Amino acid sequence: MNKELHAHMIKFLERGSRYDGRKPLEYRDILVEYGIVKNAEGSARVKIGETEVITGVKLVVDKPYPDTPEQGSLMVGAEFLPIANPDFEVGPPGIAAVELARVVDRGIRESKAIDVKKLCITAQEKVWTVIVDICTVNDAGNLFDVSALSAIAALQSTKFPEYADGKIQYGKLTDTPLPLADVPIEVTVFKIGKSYIVDPTPDEEKVYDARLTVAISRDGRLCALQKGGDVALSEDDIFAMIDIAAEKQHELREKLEG
Amino acid sequence: MKRIDGRKPDEMREMSAKAGIIPRADGSGYFQIGNTIAYAAVYGPRNLYPRFLQDPQKGILRVNYNMMPFSSKGERVRPGGNRRSKELGLVIEKSLLPVVNLYEFPNAVVDVFVELPQTDAGTRCAGICAAAIALADAGIPMRDLVAAVSAGKAGDTVILDLNYEEDSAEEGADIPVAMTGRSKEITLLQMDGRMTAEDLRKAVQLCRKGISQIIAVQQKALQEKYAP
Repeated sequence: MNKELHAHMIKFLERGSRYDGRKPLEYRDILVEYGIVKNAEGSARVKIGETEVITGVKLVVDKPYPDTPEQGSLMVGAEFLPIANPDFEVGPPGIAAVELARVVDRGIRESKAIDVKKLCITAQEKVWTVIVDICTVNDAGNLFDVSALSAIAALQSTKFPEYADGKIQYGKLTDTPLPLADVPIEVTVFKIGKSYIVDPTPDEEKVYDARLTVAISRDGRLCALQKGGDVALSEDDIFAMIDIAAEKQHELREKLEG
Repeated sequence: MKRIDGRKPDEMREMSAKAGIIPRADGSGYFQIGNTIAYAAVYGPRNLYPRFLQDPQKGILRVNYNMMPFSSKGERVRPGGNRRSKELGLVIEKSLLPVVNLYEFPNAVVDVFVELPQTDAGTRCAGICAAAIALADAGIPMRDLVAAVSAGKAGDTVILDLNYEEDSAEEGADIPVAMTGRSKEITLLQMDGRMTAEDLRKAVQLCRKGISQIIAVQQKALQEKYAP
């Protein structure tokens, strides 16, 4: 960690200012675009400030897991593409990409956003698997919130492809949308010194002490949490950060359709 | 003769291009032709490790080609690359190399990353077109632009800029060609399919015409950023 930058930023934040002029709990402009990839069954592009993520959804027919013979399944992957950040390398997902994918996965899974029972075609034989691939285009900070928002937006735009005689007709979409029962929103609150911020820039991500990602369902219930960073948090910190997330989630939610 | 999508034999699909669409990169380009979309980002010149890869005479150009998992018309593409993506990275690199001057950057690497969010044939060509914009945007010294397009055959007719259906037709050929902007030197030539030498000449001539049009689109994209 850069000690000088850390110390300087703490002083700055204690006065309530950030390097780019925002207030501590202020997001940059949020833009959600649906259906941007023709070959995917669902897709979305989300930009928050200059950070840009494209997420695509592909549907495949698989055998169900033996313990859930009448349920479809969900798979979330994240590719930290090297176009997005000079530090991202070609190759299998690193630990940061794996953590991000798993946190986005948990928000969707635990809010029961996808009604997996409706993904059953033939019990014990054939179910739909929903594969969500998150691809970073430009990393200007806050990949967690941008990725989670693009994943749920991509799911909202997903339509089943035609399926007959055991074959999927990719490219021919039906009018049937994916059965969505909830819309989880993830907000990550960062702590630097004694200050809390949301929507960090790359500089702020370099020096943060701790972060908490909070996934919140449509009815305001918490459905997933992830604490990150090298510094411990007090109980008071945790609940203060959850309160912030609970308030800020509305700003992200209102950018979605429905 | 009318083609599957109604184009004339020498008619390319609609194009659009942009420079500087990835602010974090040192240079970037976007190139769309029909339903094929390519992003390219340049990082560098930057230090190259491990050190035995370094060249004390000049910098190294390194290209990576990748299709996003949801980009293909059919099934999901498994992330992580394969033999095909390795080869395409290589031929894109070789098609750009003749125009860049890397003697100013000994021991360094210029990384070019090509990413495809949506594909409908012609991905290596679209990747080259985006990458050339990205290199120019990054300020890498270049003596010319490079553009690429493919030609092929439908029935007895030589056609330009194949789409997916034309590319995957049983009887046909696919010939991706890249050329430099002014001198029209050929920096990429591949072919699969069957064709007479005479038809190949026609195909290359069609590509030359198409490439002139693409170069104009690339130049416009760069002008929009630097001389609006």
